[in-house]
Amino acid sequence: MSALPVRRFDVIVVGAGGSGMRASLQLAEAGLSVAVLSKVFPTRSHTVAAQGGIGASLGNMSEDSWLWHMFDTIKGSDWLGDQDAIEFMCRMAPKVVYELEHFGMPFDRNPDGTIYQRPFGGHSANFGEKPVQRACAAADRTGHAMLHTLYQRNVRARTQFFVEWMALDLVRAADGEVLGVVAYEMETGEVMILQAKATVFATGGAGRIFAASTNAFINTGDGLGMAARAGIPLEDMEFWQFHPTGVAGAGVLITEGVRGEGGILLNGNGERFMERYAPNLKDLASRDVVSRSMDQEIKEGRGCGPNKDHVLLKLDHLGPEVINKRLPSIREIAIKFANVDPIREPIPVVPTIHYMMGGIPTNIHGEVVAPRDGNPSAVVPGFYAVGECSCVSVHGANRLGTNSLVDLLVFGRSAGEHIVAQRLDRRPHRELPRDAGETALARLARIDANAGGESTAAIARDLRDTMQAHCGVFRNHELLTAGVAKVLEIEQRAQAVVLKDKSRTFNTARVEALELDNLVETAKATVVSAAARRESRGAQARSDFPARNDAEWLKHTLWYREGNRLDYKPVNLKPLSVEAFPPKARTY
Amino acid sequence: MKFRIYRYDPEADAAPRLQEYDIPLDPHDRMLLDALVRIKSIDETLAFRRSCREGVCGSDAMNINGRNGLACTTNLRELKEPVELRPLPGLPVIRDLIVDMSQFFKQYHSIRPYLVNDTPPPEKERLQSPEDREELDGLYECILCACCSTACPSFWWNPDKFVGPAGLLQAYRFVADSRDLGVNARLDDLEDPYRLFRCHSIMNCADVCPKGLNPNKAIARIKDLLVKRAV
Repeated sequence: MSALPVRRFDVIVVGAGGSGMRASLQLAEAGLSVAVLSKVFPTRSHTVAAQGGIGASLGNMSEDSWLWHMFDTIKGSDWLGDQDAIEFMCRMAPKVVYELEHFGMPFDRNPDGTIYQRPFGGHSANFGEKPVQRACAAADRTGHAMLHTLYQRNVRARTQFFVEWMALDLVRAADGEVLGVVAYEMETGEVMILQAKATVFATGGAGRIFAASTNAFINTGDGLGMAARAGIPLEDMEFWQFHPTGVAGAGVLITEGVRGEGGILLNGNGERFMERYAPNLKDLASRDVVSRSMDQEIKEGRGCGPNKDHVLLKLDHLGPEVINKRLPSIREIAIKFANVDPIREPIPVVPTIHYMMGGIPTNIHGEVVAPRDGNPSAVVPGFYAVGECSCVSVHGANRLGTNSLVDLLVFGRSAGEHIVAQRLDRRPHRELPRDAGETALARLARIDANAGGESTAAIARDLRDTMQAHCGVFRNHELLTAGVAKVLEIEQRAQAVVLKDKSRTFNTARVEALELDNLVETAKATVVSAAARRESRGAQARSDFPARNDAEWLKHTLWYREGNRLDYKPVNLKPLSVEAFPPKARTY
Repeated sequence: MKFRIYRYDPEADAAPRLQEYDIPLDPHDRMLLDALVRIKSIDETLAFRRSCREGVCGSDAMNINGRNGLACTTNLRELKEPVELRPLPGLPVIRDLIVDMSQFFKQYHSIRPYLVNDTPPPEKERLQSPEDREELDGLYECILCACCSTACPSFWWNPDKFVGPAGLLQAYRFVADSRDLGVNARLDDLEDPYRLFRCHSIMNCADVCPKGLNPNKAIARIKDLLVKRAV
């Protein structure tokens, strides 16, 4: 066995964003020994950047129901979402929002003291009839308020955090059970095995595989890379959400809540073009629809600015009072990153990579599942995944705004509950396999030993530019096949990445080199899955296959790192208790 | 653009030094963080923290031309050259621009930074009027970047005993919350010559807060409540 030091816990949670801390809270309050690892101090996790709201049918503003929320989510997913998981999430949503309020979340309030809710894209009353106010908001800082509240509650529960630790690879037994992770402490450069009876991945997204992204620097797909290297498939990785309103040139997010509060999109002719593309919900159609419409306007020469390369988000008509009360951070961002004060001028925006619908396949308990012996969803013992790194799948081919935060709460809690029910405290730790930690040590050794290759920065830049050019809003066969070839070539260069700085203390260059491996796995999964899917569905828009093709493609993609192989599994069209929503044409 | 950056690698340097960089910027480089990322692409040994790059995660606080701020929301055009970058003052340096924030977080944790309300929660939300909710504005938005506490001489002298502006701002965030039932215990805990009363209202905290918050005002409110309680 490797000589690595070992520390043992009942449960390890990798990632301290919304889903990780919702899970750890459940575990710590149940008295389990739980360690949460995070590359950054917990309140710096990317959940902090979520702005608009948490989707839950509280009905505080007008009548609402979880069934309408469920329908909207299924339609938003372009019928690729699993209906059992979607029912589970939408039914549970009000409960987890009330809990969060009880934890101290500073939600905005209505005059009657209830939680304020705003309209959001794709959310409707009565199965698509008219927009509904379902997004529970704390101004335009909902993610910040939620993440801090969850951290605070974890402080109360005395959860143990390993701050500025990076998980490198999974430890698996010969029979496949996950026994923990190998982790790297940034401050000291120490490597250690953290052993657990259950390991929860809550590692977040991977938007940094693209050049223009709303995502934080830390969103490098670490959980996806680790899972892929351990032989676990990644599901539906071709589906990446372009958020319609990233600040042009800067990538910084402008919440859909701006349009929820009444903001509108204008093209170069000053026309409210969404009326043409989505006559009913207009600017509040789902994100894939709005992003494609914007791209179309720009491509057809109706963009704004000297290069006609963006459109405008107008909100001055809302008045300073609404903007300062409901959208204060948006004003701050627009002034700082776009040089415009939205009280007077519109904000230049472009569709910008925002969210990964795919991820590590799981069931509604957060248990990781993979095909085995004819069962497409066999549980991988000891392994859970929640939040953006997972694919349960509630978002299918396109996520609705506000459904990410509710996903974090519902499935973070659900995984926590499921683990608590296992009574892990009564079970001993298994013996670690002889080769535990070797994958991670080999990666560290390779990076330290390489000579003559390129820097992380140069390789990562080419990867991001390649993904941006070959996996954009509209895709086609030529772009995607060339993209696959380029990404595979970049993978070779990444294998030879050179680390000049060999120091141990807080060596962020080494961290970035380790992250590069994860970016590469995520990019490969994305471009290979996208090239194979010959249809348009949700966020995958193929100009050469413009229609959805349910007969051949109503199925989930599974990508395996080994041999760059693809497999597929059926979509679950059967809800838990209600009647199914069969696929139909999708118009807004 | 010219920079002078504080460098210290405990494995290689006997003492900290200032390193000069003169780097060509890209027209898209807007914020100081863009320049730092560019410098790192040339010299990967430079260590600093960063994440959201939009002023909401609080990772990249540093001392910029003598003043604490966030690299990601500091516009390069507003900076005098050479731009001098140092780690946040008063905390132990781990490496380059990275400081050990344990003492800062220890103080934050000491104020019981969570809602105290042990009454059984209702089935739905606890009600709060919009006016009561407004009391939290200017408090809950803190990003724990430590710009304020590390600009405060009282915190430099007594980081182990004085809660500091960031911790006190959060203490008041819970005192001011109509749902919190722990106000008296919170005030008892702060009624201490060091924990609260080392604040001498020199206002550095409000001056440097990148989110425009005013810890000094929150501290004054806590002091008012203590006075009121005493009479």
